[in-house]
Order: sequence, then structure tokens, then C-alpha cells
Amino acid sequence: MHGRLKVKTSEEQAEAKRLEREQKLKLYQSATQTVFQKRQAGELDESVLELTSQILGANPDFATLWNCRREVLQQLEAQKSPEELAALVKTELGFLESCLRVNPKSYGTWHHRCWLLGRLPEPNWARELELCARFLEVDERNFHCWDYRRFVAAQAPVPPAEELAFTDSLITRNFSNYSSWHYRSCLLPQLHPQPDSGPQGRLPEDVLLKELELVQNAFFTDPNDQSAWFYHRWLLGRADPQDALRCLHVSRDEACLTVSFSRPVLVGSGTETLLLIVDKSPLAVEWRTPDGRTRPSHVWLCDLPAASLNDQLPQHTFRVIWTAGDAQKECVLLKGRREGWCRDSATDEQLFRCELSVEKSTVLQSELESCKELQELEPENKWCLLTIILLMRALDPLLYEKETLQYFQTLKAVDPMRAAYLDDLRSKFLLENSVLKMEYAEVRVLHLGHKDLTVLCHLEQLLLVTHLDLSHNRLRALPPALAALRCLEVLQANDNAIESLDGVTSLPRLQELSLCNNRLRQSTLLQPLASCPRLALLHLQGNPLCQAVGTSEHLAELLPSVNSILT
Amino acid sequence: MADSLPTEFDVVIIGTGLPESILAAACSRSGQRVLHLDSRSYYGGNWASFSFSGLLSWLEYQQNSDIVEESTASWQGLIHETEEAITLRKKDESIQHIEVFCYASQDMDDNIEETDALQKNTSSVTSSTTTKPLNSACLSEETHSLYATGHELPAKGTPKSDGEISLEVTDVEDTLAKEKYCGDKTCIHTVSDGDKDENKPIEEDNTDQPKRNKITYSQIVKESRRFNIDLVSKLLYSQGLLIDLLIKSNVSRYAEFKNVTRILAFREGKVEQVPCSRADVFNSKELTMVEKRILMKFLTFCLDYEQHPDQYQAFVQCSFSEYLQTKKLTPNLQHFVLHSIAMTESSCSTIDGLKATKNFLRCLGRFGNTPFLFPLYGQGEIPQCFCRMCAVFGGIYCLRHKVQCLVVDKESGRCKAIIDHLGQRINAKYFIVEDSYLSEETCSNIQYKQISRAVLITDQSILKADSDQQISILVVPPVESGTCAVRVTELCSSTMTCMKDTYLVHLICSSSKTAREDLELVVKKLFTPFTETEIDKEELTKPRLLWALYFNMRDSSGISRSSYNGLPSNVYVCSGPDCGLGNEHAVKQAETLFQEIFPNEEFCPPPPNPEDIIFDGDDKQPEAPGTNNIIMAKLDSSDEVKT
Repeated sequence: MHGRLKVKTSEEQAEAKRLEREQKLKLYQSATQTVFQKRQAGELDESVLELTSQILGANPDFATLWNCRREVLQQLEAQKSPEELAALVKTELGFLESCLRVNPKSYGTWHHRCWLLGRLPEPNWARELELCARFLEVDERNFHCWDYRRFVAAQAPVPPAEELAFTDSLITRNFSNYSSWHYRSCLLPQLHPQPDSGPQGRLPEDVLLKELELVQNAFFTDPNDQSAWFYHRWLLGRADPQDALRCLHVSRDEACLTVSFSRPVLVGSGTETLLLIVDKSPLAVEWRTPDGRTRPSHVWLCDLPAASLNDQLPQHTFRVIWTAGDAQKECVLLKGRREGWCRDSATDEQLFRCELSVEKSTVLQSELESCKELQELEPENKWCLLTIILLMRALDPLLYEKETLQYFQTLKAVDPMRAAYLDDLRSKFLLENSVLKMEYAEVRVLHLGHKDLTVLCHLEQLLLVTHLDLSHNRLRALPPALAALRCLEVLQANDNAIESLDGVTSLPRLQELSLCNNRLRQSTLLQPLASCPRLALLHLQGNPLCQAVGTSEHLAELLPSVNSILT
Repeated sequence: MADSLPTEFDVVIIGTGLPESILAAACSRSGQRVLHLDSRSYYGGNWASFSFSGLLSWLEYQQNSDIVEESTASWQGLIHETEEAITLRKKDESIQHIEVFCYASQDMDDNIEETDALQKNTSSVTSSTTTKPLNSACLSEETHSLYATGHELPAKGTPKSDGEISLEVTDVEDTLAKEKYCGDKTCIHTVSDGDKDENKPIEEDNTDQPKRNKITYSQIVKESRRFNIDLVSKLLYSQGLLIDLLIKSNVSRYAEFKNVTRILAFREGKVEQVPCSRADVFNSKELTMVEKRILMKFLTFCLDYEQHPDQYQAFVQCSFSEYLQTKKLTPNLQHFVLHSIAMTESSCSTIDGLKATKNFLRCLGRFGNTPFLFPLYGQGEIPQCFCRMCAVFGGIYCLRHKVQCLVVDKESGRCKAIIDHLGQRINAKYFIVEDSYLSEETCSNIQYKQISRAVLITDQSILKADSDQQISILVVPPVESGTCAVRVTELCSSTMTCMKDTYLVHLICSSSKTAREDLELVVKKLFTPFTETEIDKEELTKPRLLWALYFNMRDSSGISRSSYNGLPSNVYVCSGPDCGLGNEHAVKQAETLFQEIFPNEEFCPPPPNPEDIIFDGDDKQPEAPGTNNIIMAKLDSSDEVKT
């Protein structure tokens, strides 16, 4: 019976598919081979374009072939007439579009398009914008296309206001769109440049309030969407501060000058240098870090020649100039004094760079209120809790200390996956608060006992501290940054979980060190202490190493200058 | 053509409504020989869509109860002694209480020329009378179509004297109030402007009123073909049974759809947009931040409410509206959820309300920001798509083909054949009949429900927005207890159901009175009749009615098979459209009946891929560009197929 409808069995289908695939593979391989041969032989002509088209049309992610095409196009540019070239470019653009339809997220294809457009004498940017709009219509989160759009918008150039309106339209469709929010954060500062004196990258208040409303709409609609929260943090954050010298300290006994910076810098390389002027004349010195490693550090120090510390003179003036950041500081060492320093007071400028900070605390206050409102509705939303904590810190870290700690507890309970991160963050905030309190009290003694600290940070701020109590915490190490505490005389770190002492090195004034009830296992771990010249008393009771045979002898050998080692 | 109909089939289906058409496709797809008949001249029965003039002639047909019976061959002689006949109804009586109002200006613009294709179905109603002798253009137009088609048209310009249809002219003062019932309880109203100065420009308040286009009746008639006016008022749930079936069976290839763009609510006398998707909630300017959170939280909960019995267990005895009050939702949010999202009556139970809400949300986002789709060119397309599938697999179609009776074998009690209006006897194993074909005798025990429908042509959207191309759905809650909520669907011209600068509005509710009595109040709230005179500003903000139609349609969806008298077991009954928003009932009915008839066959399986189709004796050389071509070719002439 003719013409009766019959459907292939699944085996027949599979076999037909297999044959088809085999054929495809053969074609693919032979074409690839030919291209490589031609490239090797330097035959970069139109046949290579044709062959690579066949392969890239099926697999646009073959980066080598895109390179090949670029070589051919460069070659042809020299040979062809402008009319021929125009036709060639037109085909190439069309071909790229077909590749993008195969894979809209092909790195190679987008890059090739950038390259091609960049070479054209009169690129049609309007058409490229249209292309981007089309692709973002299909997938509003295609970051490859976003990238390309930023490239096009910069080249065209498209006014930032238009681009901002474009991000508006996409956020309206779906606000879970990092690319869109990010683009806003680039466009808004361009649209609203601040006067020279103002902090760069900040927005005027009316714009800021409008953006805050938009982003609040997003996180009230879906508080679990991260993109909105990140944008929120950007809105409330501030631009990186300029480099500053925070503290300058001169010690007569150690014949040493110490500088602490607002951020880790590398001194001594290239043009970024630190100049020292003693009593109005420059002095060439060797700068080094406290732990001796040459890498970006908050703290740098140098040895001073005896001449600049002559105690017969009424005073010596030390001025340091940081050429890269245009920052300087001066301090005076008076006759008869052992040391002299100059530092920013905690009240002058906020010591610690909070993540959130805007000019007007009323904005922060109202943000805090709406977040608290949201938190009432969504008591377990981690983004909301974290934002509340950050807002409280930016507003008044000491006033909100207790409340902040409660929020930390809730946050840890709802987000156990990030418990360790939260512990560290909490440690950081507590440490900052303690330092602030110390600064207000104008003392050089810092009590950080019983605070559940898991990590030590901001140690560069403790340059002048003489007594530090770290007992009863959950510290596992005394980190290298501790070496910045040039004035430290007594360090108590009992009842922690300390396993290493890398930071207790070259502390010129350290006399007493208590390390009872920690996890020090071997006496060799105490090696760094040997570089502390004045260490006289060392408490080691309750550490595993005390149980080992011959520890006392070994320690006596390792630390000959320490008078008293208690195990 | 009909003379040569084959006489042996597996299944004869009478009526081309949605369930019958789905069944036809399913039967044909599973290899049955299908004959699909309809006595009407169009596909779809009460599921059909009409051009404007097509609708007018449909109205005329409905209103003429005693249409001249075409000469039909007598069938009595064809019945054998061992057989008896069950006669079928001669005239469809499922439509009642038709009332038409025309508000658009009847002034004829001399520049108007008929650009439309010839209107074959122009009828008396196309040109309504005005008191002015200004209708020459209209008359000439009619003459034109009369010439072209040779259709018999009643005299124009004067009320019909036989009293069946009365053309009434009322002044604007008593717009809707006055009407006369005449003849067969039907009445055509033409409301024309009281002020007859056609040169007077429309007074516009330019400060806050955009310029309104003035659409005249003659333009509507001229653009008749731009209209595709549905008799039913339905949408497709994006995750509903019909969409699933269309996709599964690949019938979807024959249709195009548009996503409904807005869900609206009518609250405190105002129409507002309901934020129902995540993007809507985010963009809403009306909701406060906290409302946004509460609404999103509630909707998220509804999406998997079964997983959180603790949240509603205590309220299963309460009504859904009472339950909503306990969920911290503000009154406007309660209104949105109850009427616009769940679209339930206030008395509906908590569980049913949650179920409806979940269904709405489940459909959201599949094809767009609302859960509904509308088929381009109207709902009437859908039954036709299934018919096409049936034809592709060999089904035979005859419209304008009446069936006089079913022939039943006395001994077995089974139906053996039908006898058509030509006196031809056609044998089959199974018979599927749409309810409206069954005679009064067969249906004597049945109490039908009724659906109230209104079709409006308006000049503006009920809620203006940036884009004028919006498809909106709005549920107006019952005004007083005991009445039903009215569902309003507004279609824009890009749905291919109405001409540019107009909107086609469908209203529906289950009837308690006549359609006009049920729906007029809502129409008055949302719209204002077109007039050329200045009216107060508040009225001006409402869209203006250009034309309105009210009618009642019989709802046979709830009738059980056993209620029909004396139907043989191999005669199956399909119901007409129901009042519901989706098409779930029709699909379910078709599938149930199909399973009953062919318990071992799959219901509308996906068609094979074109490349997997081979022909016996063709040495596996499929060179088919598409399935249709091959199978169609097979149908036409099997000799030609072989290469």
C-alpha cells in the first residue's frame, strides 16, 4: 500500500542521527585542518574567511579561528578597494550576528565585533545599540551584551541620561539584574559630577533619595534578591579616601621613626616615595616594614642617625611627605623626652572606614528605619539584618554597640553558613569600638579581653599602645601585623587558641608576654620571640608544649635573654 | 460536493464548537474516519468570531425565528421497520434577548469609500436609520454589496414593517432608558445624537483631554473586516489544559497569541491596575513599601500553600474574604487578591480561594507578566485550528449541512446512521452531537442556566496608559448581594479583533435576568454613551460607547448525560460554552468523551516529526518539507505521492 503514513522506529531514528553526526564531525575536522594549514603557509585569503565561517557558524567559541579571521581581515584591508572593504565588513557584521544567535554569550564573537567596529572609519553605532537592545530583550541579564553596550555607548557616544533611561526600562522588567544596577552606579556619577572639593563618586542628595526609593522598592518586593542590596550598599558607601598619614612616631631609645598610613602602601619603589625632613633638611633613610617583608604595609619605619636625636638641642622636628598621595605629617621630639608623636584624633576624622557613609546622617537614619520596618516583616532576612548592622555602625558605632551585637546573634542563627565570616566581622567592629573608646580616654592601654574575638585587625592603629590585653578570646594566632605595635611593653593573650606567634617579632619594647592556656605545641614556635630584645618574662603555663620532655632546656637555649620562662 | 459524501464513517460529529472540534482532531489523529458537520455556514457554533457585518447578519439570523425552511428531502421513507428516528432541532435556540444599541455618529462622511472587501453578509442591521435623510452614502454602500453578492436585503431606511425587528431612534436624554419590545422580544435600538449639527466639532477640554478620534458608524461598517467579535468571552490560562493540549498536539502552530497585558480592578468607582507579578509589584506607584512586602509574601505563600497547612488550617470553615482579613492585607490588597487574582466570589471558601490564587500565580510568567493569553483574530480561531488538525489527518468537513435525524436500531438500541438534509443516509459507529442540535423532546427535562453577554465597541481604554495597545481583564464585584460579578475583557486593535482607535469590550456574567439588565449597570459605570455635545468633565474621562450588543447565551455545561431523554449509548453530547474564564471545561469534556469512546487510544498525541515520516514502499526516503504536505497529499490523491 503506497503513501501510508509510517513513523520511523526509535532505532532507525538513532541510527540516522548517528550517521548525521559522523558526517558533521568529518566536515568540521577537515575544515579545521585546512584552515590551520593555510595559516601556517601564510595563505590568508578569502577562502580562509569562508572556511572559518563554516566552523564558527556552528561553534562560535573557537577563539583561534577568530584570531585567524582577524589576520585575514587585516591583510585584506591593505589589498582591497574601499568599496570592496565596505562589502566585506557588511558580510562580517551579518556573520557575527548569526554567530551570536547560535551563542549569545560567546566571548570570542562579542570581542571580534568590538575589534571590527573599532577599526571602521564610520561605524554605525545606532545599529549596534539596536542590536544590544534586541539581545537584552531576549535575555536582560546577558552580561556579554551589557559589556558590549557599554563599549558602544562610550564610542558613539551616547549621553549618559539615555543610557540611564535604558537601565530604567530593564530594571522595570526584572530588577534582579546586576548589570543594570552596576551600569547605574557608573552613569549616575557621570550625570551628577560633584564640585571639585566634594568627595568623588558621591551623588547629590535628591538623586540619592530617588535611587534609594527605587532600590527600596526592589528589596521590599523581594528581600532575597542580592542585586538590590548590593546597589543599596553602593549608594550609601563612599569613594575611596585619599591616601593619608595617620600617625607619626619618633622614639629616642630605639632611634627609630615609624609612619602609619591610611591604607597599605609600598614605600621605596618608583616615584612613590616617603621623604623625611629632619629640622628642615632632608634626610636619606632606608624604609622597612616592621616584620621585615617588602610588600604593601600600613606601617613603615626607618632608623635615625644619632645626629638627628641629639638631646642637647631643645627639640627636633620630623616631617614626612608621601609624594604619591600628597600627604604629610610633622611631629616634634622635645628635649628630655623619650618619644614624640603626632596622630589624627579619632574625632577629627572617622578612624575606621565604615562601609556606609553619606554626608547626611538623616539619610542613613531613614534608611535604618525602613530596614527595621522590613526586618519586622522579614525577621529572618539576612540581607536586611546585615544592612541594619552596617547602617548602625555608620551612624554611631558606640551608641548602637549593644543592639548591633544582638543583630549579629540573629544573623548568625539565620545564616549559619557564614558564621565564621560574621564572627570575624563582629570582631572587627568590637575592636574598632574599643580603639575608639581608648582614643576618647586618651590612654595607651587597650583591653580586649572577654570579647569573643576571632581575628585581630586594625593593628596598625595601635602604634602607640603600651599595654594590650587579648585574654579570653577565640584567637588562633598573633598575626604578623602585630609587629606594628612598636610601643608595646606588656601583651596578655591568655586563654585563647593560639597556635602561632608570627607577629611577636622585633617588638623593641616588649617586656612581658602571657600566653597561658593556648595551643602552642612545639618550643620552636617561640622562635620569633628571640627578636624582641627586652623580653624578660614569659608565661607559657597550660600549653601542650609544657608536657613535652626537655622543653625548659630547649626554651632556655632558644631565648637566652629571657630571664623568666614559666611553663 | 455534498452529493458525493462517503456513506461509511467511524465517527460523525455534529457541531463545530470547541469540544466537538477537539474530539474531531483526537479521533482523526488516532486513525478514525471522521465526518464533521455543521448546519451553520461558519465554524465554531457559539464559540465563533465574526466580522462586524458578519455579526450583524448572525444577529439577524438569530432574530428571525421562522426562517424559510430550505427544501429538505423527506427522511421518513429512509427509516426501516427495525429502526426508529430521533429528530434533531431545526433551529438553534441557544441565543436570546438580543438588544443592539448604536451610539456612534451616523453622519456619513462622503469621503468614505469602501476599501474593505465585499461584505457578503451585510444585513439589515448594518445601516441603521437615522431621522435625517442623510443616509445616501450608506444606502449606496448597501446597494453596492447587494449588487456584488446578490444577497437579498431588506429595505433600508425604514423600519421593517413586519415587526420582527424594530429600529428605534431615541434621543440622548433617554439613551438607554427607552426601548420597545416588539415581535419576538428583540429590539434594535439606534441611539443617535440629539443634536443634529454634524459640522459641530467635538468639544474637547484641551487642558486634560487628549484629542479623541471620532469614529463614525460608517467607519465601523467600512472596517468591518478588522473586527473579530467573539460570541464567548474567554481567555487561555498560560498553564491551562487548552494551552497544554495545543502544545502537546502541535495544534498551536495554527494559531498566534498575545499575552494579556494588564489585570485591572474596579474599586471605589475607579479602575486601577493590579500588581500581580514581581515586576508589577516593584513598579507599582500605588502600593506602599510595606504593602509591597505583604502582598509578595502572601502571593509567595499561595504558590505552595499546601506545604504550610498551619497558615490556613484554622480558616478552612471561613470564606476566603474572611481569611484574607486575617492576613494583615490592607483593604486594597484584599480586593486585588479576592477579585482580580483569585477572581472568586466573596463567599468562596478559603481552600478554593487559595487554589484559584495558586492557579493564577502558576500561570504567571510563562509567556509574560500576566497569566492569560488571547488568540489573535479571536477565540473563534481555536476550534478551527483543531478542525484543521482533524482535516490534516483525514477528517472530512461539511458546513451548511443539516442533519435531520439520528437512525436508531430498535433491537440493539444503538444509533446506526444519520440522515442529512439531502436525504443521504450516512453510517457510523459513534455519534457526537452538540447540545443545541438536540430536539426539545430530547431536552424536555433540562433546566438550562444562562450566560449574560455584552459586546461593546468603545473609543478609549478604560484605563489609559503609555501604550494604547493593552489587553486588559477586569472583574467588577457584585454591586448588591445576590448578583454576580461581571468579568470585563478589553481588547485593543493589535489583537486583530477591532479596528484602529477602537476597543472591543466583552462583558460576561451568569444570568439572573436578561443580559442587558444584568450588565447595563456595569456598562454605565465604566463607559459613557457617545455624543457630540458637551457633557460634564467627569463623564468625558470615561471611554465612550460607539456600539453595544447584549444577548443571553444558553449554558449547557453543567448538564449530565443522563438528563437527556432516550439517547442511544453511542450518541455523545458536547455542551456549549460555559461562563468560566478558561476553556478547561471544554477540554476536559472532550478528553473524557474520547476516553469513553476509545479507552485504549492516546488523546491527541504529538504528531511525528516530519523527518521521521516514511512511506511504505518508498525506501525510507523522506523528502518531506513538512508533515502537512505529505498527509494532505495522501488525502488528495494517493497516486501522486510516490516519487
